[in-house]
Amino acid sequence: MERIKAIEIISTQLEDELVICNIGFPSRELYAVRDSSAHFYMLGSMGMASSIGLGLALAQKRKVVVFDGDGSLLMNLGSLVTIFSQSPENFILVVLDNECYGSTGSQCTYASNVDLSRVAEAVGFKKIFSFKDNIDFSEVLNTKGPVFVHVKVEPGNADVPVIDMEPEEIKTRFRENL
Amino acid sequence: MDSSQAVFKGLKKAGIDFVVSLPCVNLDKILEMVEDDPDIIHVPVTREEEGFGISAGAYLGGKKTAILMQNSGLGNSVNVLASLYKLYQLPILMIMSHRGTEGEFMSAQIPMGEATPGVLDALEIAYFLPKTPDEAFKLIPEAWLMAEMAGSPLAMLFEVKFWEF
Repeated sequence: MERIKAIEIISTQLEDELVICNIGFPSRELYAVRDSSAHFYMLGSMGMASSIGLGLALAQKRKVVVFDGDGSLLMNLGSLVTIFSQSPENFILVVLDNECYGSTGSQCTYASNVDLSRVAEAVGFKKIFSFKDNIDFSEVLNTKGPVFVHVKVEPGNADVPVIDMEPEEIKTRFRENL
Repeated sequence: MDSSQAVFKGLKKAGIDFVVSLPCVNLDKILEMVEDDPDIIHVPVTREEEGFGISAGAYLGGKKTAILMQNSGLGNSVNVLASLYKLYQLPILMIMSHRGTEGEFMSAQIPMGEATPGVLDALEIAYFLPKTPDEAFKLIPEAWLMAEMAGSPLAMLFEVKFWEF
């Protein structure tokens, strides 16, 4: 499955959830598929998606969905330990795993050697979903968090434009939504 | 009022209700006070950079945020401070134990201690240097207001001598 397809399937099932989306093409693809004031698009700070989502989940009650990647999760693996230890029920971490750094030219990550679901399992996550060809996200949404969702996707980026919003506009719109 | 009480009371007066932390020997008592306060969400983290990410999310969710850290952790937080905090104009109060300053007993702390003000300057993050508990108590609430108004992190550097109070 292409990553943009996975993003489309998941994001169209969201209603009241808040979304933190990873830097680079994932944010551009989400923005192209479906924009919402409940979306926070990262434009920098690679690796921080799961952390931003954790802080947001701890700060308020609405459910938080994070679109993270394999490369960025590997950059901040300690985040899994903190998420598990804080254990927010309203937190869903979706790792779109294409086994490469997609936004910089598809250089390989170690996710081809290491199963990230098993890393999450070893940390202690109890609710782990793994998808490849089909994504049933309604079950994920009905599961008490923290939830780890591992989606294997193909390398490559969709031909989508850059996000034509200023960072401050993304922030202000998101905060006003709450 | 000793140094730890002054910093904690300053944080309370500022209305800080979300704190991420990594320890320093000088922050030990403040960490306990923060952990025991029912009105503060306290999240110990694995790395300062991660703490800045968590605090950014908490601020988006409506919290007033601070990080308790040693200045050594500034080094591994440079990118998140620039490409998340500066880019989106997010506030946070950085309560930093500034090791490697006058009275430091560990030589390993000196290089990063000396580099710290320059790193903050390069990031255009303003900082205060309170020398006494009274100064700290007075400045912390003002610093949070400045951070919020400016949409920027603001640092408070507490040198080795400050913790002797």
